[in-house]
Amino acid sequence: MIAGIDIGSRSMELVLLNRDETNNEVVLERRLPTTFDPAAQLKIILEGIAPEIISATGYGRKLVTEELCGVPSVSLTEIKAYALGVSHLFPEARTILDIGGQDTKAISLMKNGKVAKFEMNDRCAAGTGKFLEHLATVFQIPIEDFGNYALEGDQPLMINSMCTVFAETEATSLMAQGKNPRDIALGLHGSIVRRTTNMLHRVGLNEPLVFAGGVANNPCVINMLTHSLKISPSVPERPDMVGALGAALHGKNLLKIS
Amino acid sequence: MSDSAYKNMWENLNLDIEAHDGLLEVLGKFYGDIYMSQEGRLKGMEYLDFVLSEVHGLRIKELMDAKEAGRKIIGTFCVFVPEELSLAVDAIQVGLCAGADAGTEAAETVVPRNTCALIKSFIGFKMAKICPYTESCDLIIGETTCDGKKKAYEAFGEMAPMHIMEVPQRKEESDRVLWKSEVIRLKDELEKLTGKTITAESLKKGIKITNDKRRALQRLNKLRAAKPTPISGRDVLLINQVSFYDDPIRFTQSINALCDQIDERIANNEGIVAENTPRLMLSGCPMAVPNWKLPYIIESSGAVVVAEESCIGTRNSRDLVDETGETVEEMINAICDRYMKIDCACFTPNNERMDNIKELAEQADVDGVIHYSLMFCQPYTHEAFKVEKTLASESIPMLSIETDYSMEDVEQLKTRVEAFVEMIS
Repeated sequence: MIAGIDIGSRSMELVLLNRDETNNEVVLERRLPTTFDPAAQLKIILEGIAPEIISATGYGRKLVTEELCGVPSVSLTEIKAYALGVSHLFPEARTILDIGGQDTKAISLMKNGKVAKFEMNDRCAAGTGKFLEHLATVFQIPIEDFGNYALEGDQPLMINSMCTVFAETEATSLMAQGKNPRDIALGLHGSIVRRTTNMLHRVGLNEPLVFAGGVANNPCVINMLTHSLKISPSVPERPDMVGALGAALHGKNLLKIS
Repeated sequence: MSDSAYKNMWENLNLDIEAHDGLLEVLGKFYGDIYMSQEGRLKGMEYLDFVLSEVHGLRIKELMDAKEAGRKIIGTFCVFVPEELSLAVDAIQVGLCAGADAGTEAAETVVPRNTCALIKSFIGFKMAKICPYTESCDLIIGETTCDGKKKAYEAFGEMAPMHIMEVPQRKEESDRVLWKSEVIRLKDELEKLTGKTITAESLKKGIKITNDKRRALQRLNKLRAAKPTPISGRDVLLINQVSFYDDPIRFTQSINALCDQIDERIANNEGIVAENTPRLMLSGCPMAVPNWKLPYIIESSGAVVVAEESCIGTRNSRDLVDETGETVEEMINAICDRYMKIDCACFTPNNERMDNIKELAEQADVDGVIHYSLMFCQPYTHEAFKVEKTLASESIPMLSIETDYSMEDVEQLKTRVEAFVEMIS
């Protein structure tokens, strides 16, 4: 068995693959919040399984060591992990948009699935899952429902600030003006989409486009992205598992070579 | 790195001793982590370790002794200030502190917050009184290589004795006329300061010393490009940084001795890293001591830096001053010609930089280029687009990084650099 694990800022995911070369079916999937003690969470997520190798990606990739897990470990960046995971699920994919908890990445792929170019947000969490999560709290709406809530708006209000805190200020002042909160929420989703489309154009947007990462669970972002790019992105069934899947595939490739 | 024996000297220079101790402690730790931890370093690097360990000690003592003997200290921030002229009036030219997050808060009281880290740093070092070089200077030469510096010198000039050289922005005949008049204006200023007249003999000597330093660096740059690369990119960066501080004759001898060791390594086919290690070129903004963040991240991500297209790199050593001039006039002309070849991003257009980047990438046989710009550095951030296009036409991948001296983006930078290394591996 090969374990792929993606330790992100918000959640960690585990994907287990068989050693069988002809069969890349996922044997097991697990997901846990990262919390403030990722090492403890890592132990929990690995409970009861005994992989030959663990291949780790995400911010916590360096946390996964043989010492901690008791099995050989390797690491790779989220960029390579998403390229591997997406190419496995969508062999034709040429561009990937990955919006996670803390980072947004646009990746263009060569025909063989290798990374040709990538862009990543600098420093702050502008336009990421964190941005949405924070603003959902302001609206007192569970994050899972925030996209559908925004979709009930019909007049997106312009939110100019990409900074989470300033966007909140803009949203609150619009609320104080008596604007429809659903329209404000729609505007907030729009600001994420504007930022990501710019990033996609910078890497050279080729079709097909695959949208992965946790924010790909948000129907409003998908909707607005489709509208703005005039391209329907493919979304994996479980978009937040793609990094862990890619990591597992990387681990499997290494076993094959050795 | 701290030594109580120097305390009197630092006090006489009016340094803030407590803050300065703090700086040296951080610098020492940083140096240990980034440099001393490397395996298989060349023996000749001990000289650099010594210079760095004494960068605020023995070297400053030398400057103080020289001052006592009547020599003047000239401080600079840029490769446009001709060291040949300083040497010709028997002065000592040194680069000033500008590579660390120091005194930022104080600096932001006189320059806007959205100013590049290098400018904020040299002002910060001055206002916090922690740079013994800045405090030793009899004259500091500024230059108009960007709007940020140009305007910052107005504030800085109120705190330190300054002379500003106007660097032209184009390379037409009229620009050369302007530059020549600026070189002569500097010559007059230096003569006035030192009371010495530049003669054909003293200028010839100045040119020779400076060219010899460049020749040693050229030799090093050629050798580092061998496969497997015999020396880490960090070490070469350090050498280039030290070239702005140390006595030029001693520096040249030490680097040539180091190059002899590198020759041996190459003959034995020994490298500092495995032959298949991805080879990168760093291109863009200068990195003053102790700005080692990005090179360290790169070399901890499984790649090695084999070329530097930067002011602390080939831009400062690529061209020599013609040595055939016999009169002061001929030599001044030769100096003007040499400095007008500098492909600083302050020029418009600046197409020769693109040619130089292509050539260097080819010579060093790099797998990719990392373009480094300091945040808010307009000239280099603009040129990043052109550089990427130029390299794309040669099928050389490029990663563009914009950062500053803070550590807040280290994790994100690691992800980008590692992903870039994965991409080109």
